Amino acid sequence: MDNSKITIAINDQEYKVDPGQTIMQAADKCGYRIPRLCYHPKLSIEGACRVCIVQVEGIRNYVASCAYPVANGMKIYTNTRELRQARRDIVELLLDNHPLDCHTCDRDGNCELQRLAYSMGLRQRHFEGERKQYEKDLSSTSVIRDPDKCILCGRCVRMCSEIQGVHCLTQAHRGFNTVVMPAYNQPFAESVCTACGQCINVCPTASFIEKNYTQELFEKLNDPNLITVAQVAPSVRAAIGEAFGLPPGRNMEGQIVAALRHMGFNYIFDTQFSADLTIMEEASEFLERVQSKGPLPLITSCSSAWMKYMEQFYPDLIENISTAKSPMSMASAMIKTYFAEKIKADPKRILSVAFMCCTAKKYEAARPELNVRGMRATDIVITTRELAWMVKSSGIDFVNIKPEKFDEPLGLSSGAGAIFGVTGGVMEAAIRTAYELYTGETLIDIELTDIRGFKGVKEAKVMLDGQELRLAVAHGLGNAHQALEMVRADRSRFHFVEVMGCPGGCIGGGGQPYPLVNSLPLDEESLKLRAQALYGLDREKTIRRSHENPDVQRLYKEFLGRPLSEKSHELLHTHYKPHLPKGIVSPNLKVV
Amino acid sequence: MTKERELAVATTYRIIVCDGTTCINRGSRNLISRLREQLERHGLADRSTISLSGCLGMCDKGPILVVNPGYTIYGNVTEADIPEIVEEHLLHNRPVARLAIQEDHLYNRFFRVFGDAKFFGKQMRITLRNCGIIDPENIDNYLSLRGYEALARVLTDMTPESVVAEVEASGLRGRGGAGFPTGMKWKFTAAQKATPKYVICNADEGDPGAFMDRSAIEGDPHTVVEGMAIGGYAVGASKGIVYIRAEYPLAIKRITKAIEDARAHGLLGENILGSSFSFDIEIRLGAGAFVCGEETALIHSIEGTRGMPRPRPPYPSVQGLFGLPTVINNVETWANIPVIILDGAKWFQTVGTETSKGTKVFALAGKVVNTGLIEVPMGTSLREIIYDVGGGIPGGKKFKAVQTGGPSGGCLPEQYLDTPIDYESLAKAGSIMGSGGMIVIDEDSCMVDIAKFFLEFTQNESCGKCTPCREGTKRMLEILTRITEGKGRAGDIEKLERLGNMIKKASLCGLGQSAPNPVLSTIKNFREEYEEHIHQGRCRARVCTNLVTYQITEKCVGCGACRKVCPVVAISGTAKKQHVIDQDKCVKCGMCFNTCKFDAIVKV
Repeated sequence: MDNSKITIAINDQEYKVDPGQTIMQAADKCGYRIPRLCYHPKLSIEGACRVCIVQVEGIRNYVASCAYPVANGMKIYTNTRELRQARRDIVELLLDNHPLDCHTCDRDGNCELQRLAYSMGLRQRHFEGERKQYEKDLSSTSVIRDPDKCILCGRCVRMCSEIQGVHCLTQAHRGFNTVVMPAYNQPFAESVCTACGQCINVCPTASFIEKNYTQELFEKLNDPNLITVAQVAPSVRAAIGEAFGLPPGRNMEGQIVAALRHMGFNYIFDTQFSADLTIMEEASEFLERVQSKGPLPLITSCSSAWMKYMEQFYPDLIENISTAKSPMSMASAMIKTYFAEKIKADPKRILSVAFMCCTAKKYEAARPELNVRGMRATDIVITTRELAWMVKSSGIDFVNIKPEKFDEPLGLSSGAGAIFGVTGGVMEAAIRTAYELYTGETLIDIELTDIRGFKGVKEAKVMLDGQELRLAVAHGLGNAHQALEMVRADRSRFHFVEVMGCPGGCIGGGGQPYPLVNSLPLDEESLKLRAQALYGLDREKTIRRSHENPDVQRLYKEFLGRPLSEKSHELLHTHYKPHLPKGIVSPNLKVV
Repeated sequence: MTKERELAVATTYRIIVCDGTTCINRGSRNLISRLREQLERHGLADRSTISLSGCLGMCDKGPILVVNPGYTIYGNVTEADIPEIVEEHLLHNRPVARLAIQEDHLYNRFFRVFGDAKFFGKQMRITLRNCGIIDPENIDNYLSLRGYEALARVLTDMTPESVVAEVEASGLRGRGGAGFPTGMKWKFTAAQKATPKYVICNADEGDPGAFMDRSAIEGDPHTVVEGMAIGGYAVGASKGIVYIRAEYPLAIKRITKAIEDARAHGLLGENILGSSFSFDIEIRLGAGAFVCGEETALIHSIEGTRGMPRPRPPYPSVQGLFGLPTVINNVETWANIPVIILDGAKWFQTVGTETSKGTKVFALAGKVVNTGLIEVPMGTSLREIIYDVGGGIPGGKKFKAVQTGGPSGGCLPEQYLDTPIDYESLAKAGSIMGSGGMIVIDEDSCMVDIAKFFLEFTQNESCGKCTPCREGTKRMLEILTRITEGKGRAGDIEKLERLGNMIKKASLCGLGQSAPNPVLSTIKNFREEYEEHIHQGRCRARVCTNLVTYQITEKCVGCGACRKVCPVVAISGTAKKQHVIDQDKCVKCGMCFNTCKFDAIVKV
């Protein structure tokens, strides 16, 4: 008999449960599934939707089971006639103020409100009346905000502030006129939005969706004058299977290549190749700074949402940011120069398309700093979700298609390139190469387990030729804020800091598939499985260090010379500049 | 020299001019210079003092001027009345009967203070004890009436525990609306180990037509300051915050001055009165959101975030401002504290009913002769308040209902008039105590329209967080609107009940949980009016424009005035003959009705 347990009754059935949890948590463990909507295990308790109400004996009103703690002797009812009607009416009230254009909606068949309405038995409406009507915000390159579809669950607001630390979104106005928007109703493009897309991931409806470029791409794939070149990010292959009903963590690399070829791409390259290239540049940059006592810590810059976050909120750390472009932009730069020369084609005829797990990459692609020889390097960015739709729309049997291989010369990658998609991966890959470049010896124990896993800020130490290097890894912009505050407080605390904008790294990106029925977005189990897929990919490879990638070596030999060469600087490096949000005049966030 | 004149010469007069917001708006400040001039002119300046005071409660009769000795209260005083008052009353000791509020009534308990005014007869002023008597901006005035004596006593003679015990024993319950026992709230916070702790005064009064907190602070700010300091000592808080709405500039000015004066007198700040207790108060202004009167929303507002409620538990007494233990009480609750300490819990318990001790302040408004601020012992009946204190319904109209508890209270019809005012009885009758709004409704009001009015307010003021309140009240309002427009459908009443009951039980905070009350209570008590609107297209009070038709009766003399004002040329007729309204053209603007001098036009 466990004395620490308390006794509660759910629907007259007695259970022994742990104290200190909410009714919902206890009920979940007792085999109930109380309907819910605004609740999200990663976010603070909002108690706003009132879908998870239950009746507790002795309490006059219903209580929100997500927020109310269990107590010994508590008698809980989850499914009375009265409650069923109340829940049904609450969901109807949400629907009554919703466009109900489900058939033409981006989330048709994948909408939590739709599922909830179905399970509440909403077959008839009693209360319809006026419906809110707002303009869509189409200003951003990445994220569309459609307040008409918003049911004000507040998940996006909490995600944006609690996990991402961006504080772009908030509720504004009162009562029926309440609407979620950036401060002063600024268009997204002018707001502090980092385009990370996590609002899309947690939105139960289509109030936030990525800006869709698939139609444009389909048009261009039919243009015979264009040479269409694709690149695929590591995390896309680890997650896209979920959109086809497969469990998380299936590596679908070969299927993606096959499907893209089916759609008509002329060349299909691997962003993991350019991840290796990034490592060559970034590891060299790091060693240069260590040796010349340049600005340390070196802070990674491959995450696009992080680029914008840093320019907005940490402009004082710009000198610490690696100038190496992200793998996507490096690949695109090589496609429009090295590769174009190789196939003797006019780079202006090349359409460079990046398949990414990320909405912020759409923003990155549009940054003028990343143009190559006057051309836009990445022409179109497509998220995992959009790719899944393209595959379905093209009539491809994705699960059973015969896998194919990436094309040369930008298709071969090391294991280090694969783990870029997981938090800690860039650091791990960089250390594998830096160690060897610096010491001349091969790092044997190459799996840096200290910086794996999903802890917010991970710290580790490695010895480099007698010198201790202190490393830090942060994922999710809120955690980045923590790590960066440590840096601000003590510049010598770390030598190398990896920052990824999304929780879990790219595998948790804002463009990843919506969760399967009954699993939540950013569910840690799914993230773990996606991460395992990439770690597995690393382990399967014979080449696990970026500098050992023969195609990378060939690229340097034939085209770039060596890392940090003049040509490398021209094509593979970029620069950052302060981008202070409106109303903010100092890096310490003083509001005028 | 007449005898009266002799007496007058011997007397030193103290003239009090009410300096509350309503009296100021009605011109009380103009009276002062005129008064001064008249006193000079008659050589009375040396023997008279003019002082200002806070609200006396008789707001509908402002500006109020009190002449002491004699406790003569003058109402509706204009500048032109001043020479008469000075000459007649001060010079000849002949009070000006036409302006005096006192009538010849039996002795009442406030005779000593206010003379024999019926308005005060059934009142009992504990929290408003100094209002209208002291100059609220003068700390010495407050000190002279045992001000800060309670604070001194707790600091010298009482332990924090015994203060909490005393408040608990008094039976005082929160005056903000919910009626939670104050002592128990304090006990929870006192038991918390986390520090610092906070005490907050909720002065975010937002009910339409309510001005209890404003008047209390304007009239006697020090009692709130003293109450908070005692509370801070009792629960172990060193910081107090007065959260007051920015729309109350005079109250803000006075509470600010009271805090500064108290600080200057060593009654706030470090080591108060030489004790080891340090406590200070700061002021935070609310931006006018009704929901910020809800304690968790108020806390969010102070913390600098959007004023939205959060689910409880944890309650603020355990996790409040900045996550720390916090006592939140409203103005009236705080104002009771010094009295409880001075006169003891035992005495306090003798006032009121079994479950509700002490007095309650109400803002009496609507169709009642004396509108204004009143304070009555718990247990006083609605009938006593409306007919004795309030003076009944004006214009010989019939009483229809009384709405208590602000916009989220219920409407109680005649059969509830003998309901005693206490938390339980009002709830049982289908309304709430609320923070003290009381609106009297007569037969000229349509109950559907009244329900719509209150729901419109709460709908607008919903914070928008939880679904039932945000979406549900909107749908209820739409249904009510169509009923008042004559477009009600069969089943609408049932829909209102279904939504209303759900919203009451499922909403996140008190705003939503009580928002349907005006609708549900009017359906319960005046269902036939709803049915008439829906099924007969009739509004018996003739308020709902769409359901009213104007008709010209045989009283018409054919003057043609109505024909001339009708904006849509719906009225026809020849001179000196009865006119006719073309109902198809009539837009029911009511111009003809207002114009007719012969009462020949009726609303049907």
